[in-house]
Amino acid sequence: MNPQLSRRRFIKAVIASSVAAASTSGVHNALAQDRSRGAVERLISLNVNGQTRRVDVAPHETLAHTLRYKLGLTGTKIGCNRGECGACTVIIDGITNYSCSTLTHSVRTRAVRTVEGLQAADGTLHPVQQAFIDELSPQCGFCTPGQVMSAVAFLEENASPTREEARQAMAGNLCRCGAYDHYLNGIMRASGQNS
Amino acid sequence: MASFDVMPEVQLYQPVELGDALNLADELGEDGWLLGGGQDTYGWLKDRAKSPRAMIDLNGIEALHGIRETDDGIEIGAATILRDIIRDKRINRDYSLLAQAANRVASPQIRNVGTLGGNLIQDTRCWYYRRGLDCYRAGGNICYAGGPEAMNREHAVFGASRCVAVSPSDTATALVALEATMVAASISGTRTISADDFFVGPDTHIEQMTSLEPGEILAAVRIPAKWAGQRFYFEKVADRDVWDFALVSIAAAMSMDDDTVADCRLVCGGVACTPHRLTNVERAARGQSLGEESAEALAPLASEGAKPLNYNHFKLPLMENLVRRAMRG
Repeated sequence: MNPQLSRRRFIKAVIASSVAAASTSGVHNALAQDRSRGAVERLISLNVNGQTRRVDVAPHETLAHTLRYKLGLTGTKIGCNRGECGACTVIIDGITNYSCSTLTHSVRTRAVRTVEGLQAADGTLHPVQQAFIDELSPQCGFCTPGQVMSAVAFLEENASPTREEARQAMAGNLCRCGAYDHYLNGIMRASGQNS
Repeated sequence: MASFDVMPEVQLYQPVELGDALNLADELGEDGWLLGGGQDTYGWLKDRAKSPRAMIDLNGIEALHGIRETDDGIEIGAATILRDIIRDKRINRDYSLLAQAANRVASPQIRNVGTLGGNLIQDTRCWYYRRGLDCYRAGGNICYAGGPEAMNREHAVFGASRCVAVSPSDTATALVALEATMVAASISGTRTISADDFFVGPDTHIEQMTSLEPGEILAAVRIPAKWAGQRFYFEKVADRDVWDFALVSIAAAMSMDDDTVADCRLVCGGVACTPHRLTNVERAARGQSLGEESAEALAPLASEGAKPLNYNHFKLPLMENLVRRAMRG
């Protein structure tokens, strides 16, 4: 094998040629020209929980899919996959988004945080996680990672919120067990206030 | 009709120059899909109810972002995130009507990615149409929502013409009330369209919600200084406080001459295919003072001429009550 041809370049070339072969439609066969106009490359680097991860991402792939099935970060749950439940909530550049309704390619230059990135290096849970445990916030637990991420982003912006402010901020996360008040108790506890 | 929850294969362009996006939009034509926050997009694609060949992601284009002061008011880039509009100091001071409307869109996470342009251009939520049925709006020759047994609780009471779908946008009502102007860009230049003419009903174009032509991109929205700092009223009634679309909403802008209304614009959402101007209420309100008495007198005018379907008569008293609340002062 030609030593000049690194493994990475080899993979890139294979993917590029397969894309070219697959596109008989004529819309995107001029790859070089397309690149300059913003056609996306498949091999990209993602900043997830402070680590740079190289990953092969299809143009139409959602962030929830990439996190769960490419990067093994299955803490992020897919509930409705429609931006209608909040279970897949992650923090992108400090702001909560539904990862099921975010294209992975749109976060290439941004910092993604998932529930896996919250605990300290020694395993100490994030204050929100600990407060949710102390207040028995989760019931079945499926919506919990999304609730945790929304609560974390909210408290980073507003360290001592009122219960009503917390209610508004958490409005984009459904809990089918109906444990909303328990989550609100957890948020008030995490902010150092009596629930 | 199968339903899927994964994205279909579709190409993605992320241009950073408006010119590249315009060229792509022109070349791709019907095969291209303009992408803002994507919250109205992915459902269509996941359902396979729409099948564009490529998405043109407009979020990386600097020229489409930002809130700028102009000689006459402000200009908001179409790719500006709703979150930024809700938090903008100048908008909250001068055009709080828009901030209030934007703050009632969907859920916090959707407001965190949803763009002003996307919220304005989003397609109607008529579920027969959304399901991918071959109705008038989808190029067919039947309306499934207008029939006597159809589920049309959320549909139009004004302006129906074969299609009975309604405008779902919260910010559209506010921008029509504020007499905004839309700036549309294409490879042959830009043109401006008044908000009144931007939204089109089925009698004008049954397959479109706006007067944007294929290949055109909504670049910006201009709000004139005329209504800056005036009296505003916004209220949205929906089944749920979060995520839901308006059953009926009202956006009102009023300039006052002491206690009396000098000029006003009242717009209802959720009752017609376009934001619906309450012109007869506006006419009658000029010169009136706000209060219980005029509210009672003006309210019945709101629903004049309405043609309710089998399950949406409730929208008439809802409209009247929203006018009553707006005019109570």
